[in-house]
Amino acid sequence: MIVRALVIRCAGTNCDEETAWSLEEAGAQPDRVHVNRLVRGEKKLQDYDIVVIPGGFSYGDDIASGKVLANQLLNRLRSPLEEFVKSGRPLLGICNGFQVLVKCGLLPGLDGEDFRIRVTLAENDSGRFECRWSYLKVASRRCPFVKGLPSVFPLPVAHGEGKFVPESSSFLTALEKRGQVVFKYADAHGRLAGYPWNPNGSVGHVAGLCNPAGNVLGLMPHPERHAFPHQHSHWTRLSRQPEHGVGFQIFKNMVRHAMEWKERN
Amino acid sequence: MNPAAATHRIEIGFADRSPDELMELSRGRGLSLNLPEMAAIQKYFNALGRDPTDAELETLAQTWSEHCNHKSFRASVTHTEKDELGMDRCRKYKNLLKETIMRVTEELRRPWCVSVFKDNAGIVSYDGDRAIAFKVETHNHPSALEPYGGAGTGLGGVIRDIMGAGLGARPIASTDVFCFAPLQGQKRGDRGRRLSTRRIFHGVVSGVRDYGNRMGIPTVNGAVYFDEDFADNPLVFCGTVGILPVSAVHKEVRPGDRIVMVGGRVGRDGIHGATFSSDSLSDGIPSSVVQIGNPIVQKKMMDALLQARDRRLYRGVTDCGAGGLSSAVGEMGAETGASVSLERVPLKYTGLTPWEIWLSESQERMVLAVPPENMDELRLLLSDEDVECSDIGEFTDDGRLRVNYRDERIVDLKMSFLHDGVPKRQLKSFWSPPPQKAFPNPTLRALRDSTHLQSILMKVLAAPTVASKEWIIRQYDHEVQGRTVLKPLVGVQQRGPGDAAVLRGDPPSMAGVAVSNGLCPHFSRWDPYWMAASAIDESIRNLIAVGARLDRVALLDNFCGGDPQTPKCMGELVRAAQACYDVALAYGTPFISGKDSLNNQFVDRASGGKRSIPTTLLVSAIAGVDDIRRLITMDFKRAGNWIYVLGTTRDELGGSQYGRLLNTPGGEVPRLDPKETIVLYERLSEAIHRGWVVSCHDCSDGGLGVALAEMAIGGAMGLHVDLDRVPVSPDLKAQERDDKILFSESNGRFVAEVPSTQARRFEGHLQGVSFARVGQVRENGRIDMVGLTRGKYSWSLRQVETAWREGLTP
Repeated sequence: MIVRALVIRCAGTNCDEETAWSLEEAGAQPDRVHVNRLVRGEKKLQDYDIVVIPGGFSYGDDIASGKVLANQLLNRLRSPLEEFVKSGRPLLGICNGFQVLVKCGLLPGLDGEDFRIRVTLAENDSGRFECRWSYLKVASRRCPFVKGLPSVFPLPVAHGEGKFVPESSSFLTALEKRGQVVFKYADAHGRLAGYPWNPNGSVGHVAGLCNPAGNVLGLMPHPERHAFPHQHSHWTRLSRQPEHGVGFQIFKNMVRHAMEWKERN
Repeated sequence: MNPAAATHRIEIGFADRSPDELMELSRGRGLSLNLPEMAAIQKYFNALGRDPTDAELETLAQTWSEHCNHKSFRASVTHTEKDELGMDRCRKYKNLLKETIMRVTEELRRPWCVSVFKDNAGIVSYDGDRAIAFKVETHNHPSALEPYGGAGTGLGGVIRDIMGAGLGARPIASTDVFCFAPLQGQKRGDRGRRLSTRRIFHGVVSGVRDYGNRMGIPTVNGAVYFDEDFADNPLVFCGTVGILPVSAVHKEVRPGDRIVMVGGRVGRDGIHGATFSSDSLSDGIPSSVVQIGNPIVQKKMMDALLQARDRRLYRGVTDCGAGGLSSAVGEMGAETGASVSLERVPLKYTGLTPWEIWLSESQERMVLAVPPENMDELRLLLSDEDVECSDIGEFTDDGRLRVNYRDERIVDLKMSFLHDGVPKRQLKSFWSPPPQKAFPNPTLRALRDSTHLQSILMKVLAAPTVASKEWIIRQYDHEVQGRTVLKPLVGVQQRGPGDAAVLRGDPPSMAGVAVSNGLCPHFSRWDPYWMAASAIDESIRNLIAVGARLDRVALLDNFCGGDPQTPKCMGELVRAAQACYDVALAYGTPFISGKDSLNNQFVDRASGGKRSIPTTLLVSAIAGVDDIRRLITMDFKRAGNWIYVLGTTRDELGGSQYGRLLNTPGGEVPRLDPKETIVLYERLSEAIHRGWVVSCHDCSDGGLGVALAEMAIGGAMGLHVDLDRVPVSPDLKAQERDDKILFSESNGRFVAEVPSTQARRFEGHLQGVSFARVGQVRENGRIDMVGLTRGKYSWSLRQVETAWREGLTP
């Protein structure tokens, strides 16, 4: 069975190749497509089994991170996107892609009020772009793409605007209750810790969210940068190297999920 | 000039000018040409019986600029040196560059050198049908004037060099090396209208950050050097590594090919960048000489051009850098000829005169040679990616450069005159060794006082040049593209300073490429020869320390110096260049690309005073690695493992960090005997390859003391070392000076960590080279040392780490 994965890119996207590599390694057939071609209808979202919005600086992030691409998706591709999400197929946003999903309201995307923006990703508390490794704690298993992930695992972050801010603390509590907070920043032992483990000052240590159905996942850290073992921040200290990096599991799960979806439909 | 005037062809009266008047014109227009050059232009046009146009004059000034032509490095030089007995020794070079740096490459003839010294970057093959392009550029003058824009476009420019290497390489990593004045201690008001060092520092760091991060190219290796010498003349080096198929290494241009400009539009930014950077800095230079960058425009262009390359839509490509279209078209059409219609060039705004369009250094542009039949497909591809392109003319077969603006010819020059007409410079150079002074002897009491040495280590670790650069490094995305397998910061919590960064090539291959640098400007005050030798050695040591092999190493040289017209400055350059030849040849490591940036001197117009930098050589080194899984990092791995010191420590404290702390001009500068070190390097990389060594770090700034402390910090472990066991030269041994052993910056040394189970094999393998087991990695979080006279020194790891991590206060 062929699983076709769409990696959406635009001016300033810069993690599309390694994301495509991870998808390919996980058994999908990735296709990196410029958003212009989707807008013009030369390629259709509906022809794909997985959609990923990768990291980068879409259109320079000049207004706010991800905002321009988010508006482009909302204004030009709203109904195919809506249809794709409702069908239950996997949609992943990494870093800038997560910012896009948040800024077009697809995340956290509570039932019945899709596209309403109730959280944001603001400038890091440090006031700077920062690239570092941290640990993620799996806070909820509602999203099927976290299956098989250890409860605490290392991933790198690299962003200037990644501080998760909900509209209210009660809204964050609601998200947590519904299991939509998928990943939280932690230290190596899984304790929710401050800077630098929480690299941007995210409220509630939130690093990644899913939608209520669990098929839309967004996170600031980069799973594609820990897809093979030698990407690990200190692999030279480890006695044995696994076959893949831990981030690879997310791509593997998405491909399996897409296959199951195809079998059902 | 009135752009609305009916005629665009403006002639400059030239025929009857006296030498003084010629020079007045050169200065008045900012041409940076000297009298023989102006006279050559006069002669050329007198023979034609006409005056040059403004555009012709500007084209010549740009092509012949120091920045584009490297006329000092290619000059014939009469070099005089005082030897140790005070006798003058004279040597003549017909072409300094060809007889030193390029000669190494020629003599070595490495089969993996695919394209050297001719393209935008040096290209070496590294993994079957893949090749690596590497180029390092300086952007010193612009960064002094407008740090954010200057540094950003410096990086942007070198990225375009890689995009224009061969038929275009994909950039996979960048490097950044800066030299600044110290951030502390500057008095207010000292600076007049010039920017404060802190402002330059912040501007440069964020300029590189914002350009590199937005381009999606990891910045993985670098250095920052602080010294008073760089007040008013900061140095900003930016390098980029690219990957390309061997089949795309060679480019060509054929008559009939269209000249296509791709990318950004043209404005008035960066006019006279090439000529301005070929002169001294002074107050009152217009900031319009600095370009304005937009990395997203360049990213779009890169995405599109790599696709066009793979579809073979163009035959030749080069970047529009210094000198703009004038340089790009002039270079590409040098063998054929070119004809350009400037009115077809898209502008940011109206009001530019034709020569400004022609010379503008507006960023994010490339020029392609496109077979006419491919134009439609190329246009379609570029518009798909939102990239603008314009067909501005064609390559011809008449060997002339012709530029028109609305039916008026504003340039008509013979390519041969443009490229070969510049009169060869005749330069004189002189060097004599500075008077020798002894390194100070602390009082006997201080020497025996263990707290004395303890505080020295803390101070050396906190010196900004030595201290952790984490504040800078973390602002750069060093992970994007997912190739960075050895990162700039390594160890338990990624705090240790890695020796070389390593990028994996294209999966599934496990091959990769290691990148490092070497830089020791301060040694120049002692002897530029040993400054250059030490920089080469440092860059190579950094590669060896991670497990790369010497026979795969290629080097890049970036010279920065003062005014080459003064024999003293030129003498420093000659000595450094001669060291490049001697050392690189001995190591068998070819130079594949290089650049020089001269005239790094600041002229204070008010006082007439001049400040010049010491001749500084940045060596960037690169090596293909067959299997990245065999590489190691510098952080201590496990308590109980043995610590070895490899190489000989000598009484070489001249120019060391310790010496600078004592503020002394005394001591001997580190020297180098490649015949001795080469054996060590080969044995060491073999030992690493066989898995006997689990961590390795080279000794450079701050010597053995700093290297040991950094390994402890990287691994979050303690150590115990007996200084008496460190291999030292006999004269140093006799002195019983713990401080000298810890802080000498002798070349050719490493610290290595070896598990006790491998110790016998490791020691057997190293027989014949200078090495010794000096101690052990400990779990206790303390750095303990025993001195030569059995004095005991002890630091807590936390204390040492704090000093090192907080030394650089931005």
